[in-house]
Amino acid sequence: MARITAGITSSHIPALGAAIQTGTSNNDYWGPVFKGYEPIREWVKEPGNTPDVVILVYNDHASAFDMNIIPTFAIGCAEVFKPADEGWGPRPVPDVIGHPDLAWHIAQSLILDEFDMTIMNQMDVDHGCTVPLSMIFGEPEVWPCKVIPLPVNVVTYPPPSGNRCFRLGESIRAAVESFPEDLDVQVWGTGGMSHQLQGPRAGLINKDFDLNFIEQLIKDPETLSKMPHIEYLREAGSEGIELVMWLIMRGALGDKVEELYRFYHIPASNTALGALILQPEGIGAKPPKVREQVNA
Amino acid sequence: MTDKKQRIDIHAYLAEMEDIPGTRVFTAQRARKGYWLNQFAMSLMKEENRNRFLADEKAYLDEWDLTDAAKKAVLARDYNAMIDEGGNIYFLSKLFSTDKKSFQFAAGSMTGMTQEEYAEMMLKGGRSPEGQRSIKEGR
Ligand SMILES: [Fe+2]
Repeated sequence: MARITAGITSSHIPALGAAIQTGTSNNDYWGPVFKGYEPIREWVKEPGNTPDVVILVYNDHASAFDMNIIPTFAIGCAEVFKPADEGWGPRPVPDVIGHPDLAWHIAQSLILDEFDMTIMNQMDVDHGCTVPLSMIFGEPEVWPCKVIPLPVNVVTYPPPSGNRCFRLGESIRAAVESFPEDLDVQVWGTGGMSHQLQGPRAGLINKDFDLNFIEQLIKDPETLSKMPHIEYLREAGSEGIELVMWLIMRGALGDKVEELYRFYHIPASNTALGALILQPEGIGAKPPKVREQVNA
Repeated sequence: MTDKKQRIDIHAYLAEMEDIPGTRVFTAQRARKGYWLNQFAMSLMKEENRNRFLADEKAYLDEWDLTDAAKKAVLARDYNAMIDEGGNIYFLSKLFSTDKKSFQFAAGSMTGMTQEEYAEMMLKGGRSPEGQRSIKEGR
């Protein structure tokens, strides 16, 4: 049977992709960010830690979806997803290869579990999906695993509640565990952490909020899932609402998790960046040698 | 049925969204107002459209059902004014990407700070949430 072996969180900001593309990932500004990802890159290469499939939770930033279609939760069931042209040409990265059998299985299971998913058989994927792949897998010719993109609306209000996201994660876990093939599946929650990209309040960062969010995500996600949208907006900035997507990842890991790695860094362009490796109980993968880097 | 579903009061929810200093949350009201502005921005995902736009911005804008204020805001690259017209930053990102500008540039341009001052603030840990949480409560 398929099983969920790990949850990873990652930033997905386009500036990270640009740093790779322009060869500036070693400079004074970006160097510490890429250094913070190194333990994740090493860890995911270890035998047993490379997933067969990643369920990649992200938000589309007005690329696949314009003002005409706004699905709250969508799931990519296609064979292949092309990098979107977001105004500077498509990111020069490999196509994202899907896992239609598992994706359709999850879609059906979720609908039976009362999550009314939008099924995408054709969809371009933007930086929200491809930047985390680059940050964690580097620059390979082909991505080392299949990917099921799972876009969540956090752009047009209201986005789904934290509770709804957390419950969706729980249902994703049940769906994966009922898939008959032996597959190691990771769930990635991307975006965040605190940031605001608009208006006179742009540039807002809240380190205390972010570090508390990480603690609670690990130890008491049930309580965290009750936090209303307004708290995210007030405390973590208007675009900090992306953090609800981390609750989907967390819901998919079950009650208890082990924290294998934590990276937190300010600033990455306009944002505070958080990257974690969490492991459900009973998986037993070894953590990276370095367990924590907090630069803030 | 024992557990009664707790419902959110939509009016209270929407009112709170307007209580954050220096922020315009992309509510349905703004999404409706900015429909064509955002769709115009989306059109810049195609290279031929970017080229046509850059060759004659005014003519390209005239092809869209935009208010004069929205057209003026685009021509001036005034992102605050575009957001007042219902623009959303992720849609508008197609415009600043067409200009080969970054999210940091666009965000910085809305703060009244110079690009250098904004970059410096971010390096020092960003804008504090102190006093930036609520207009009504002044916290
Ligand atoms: Fe994002």
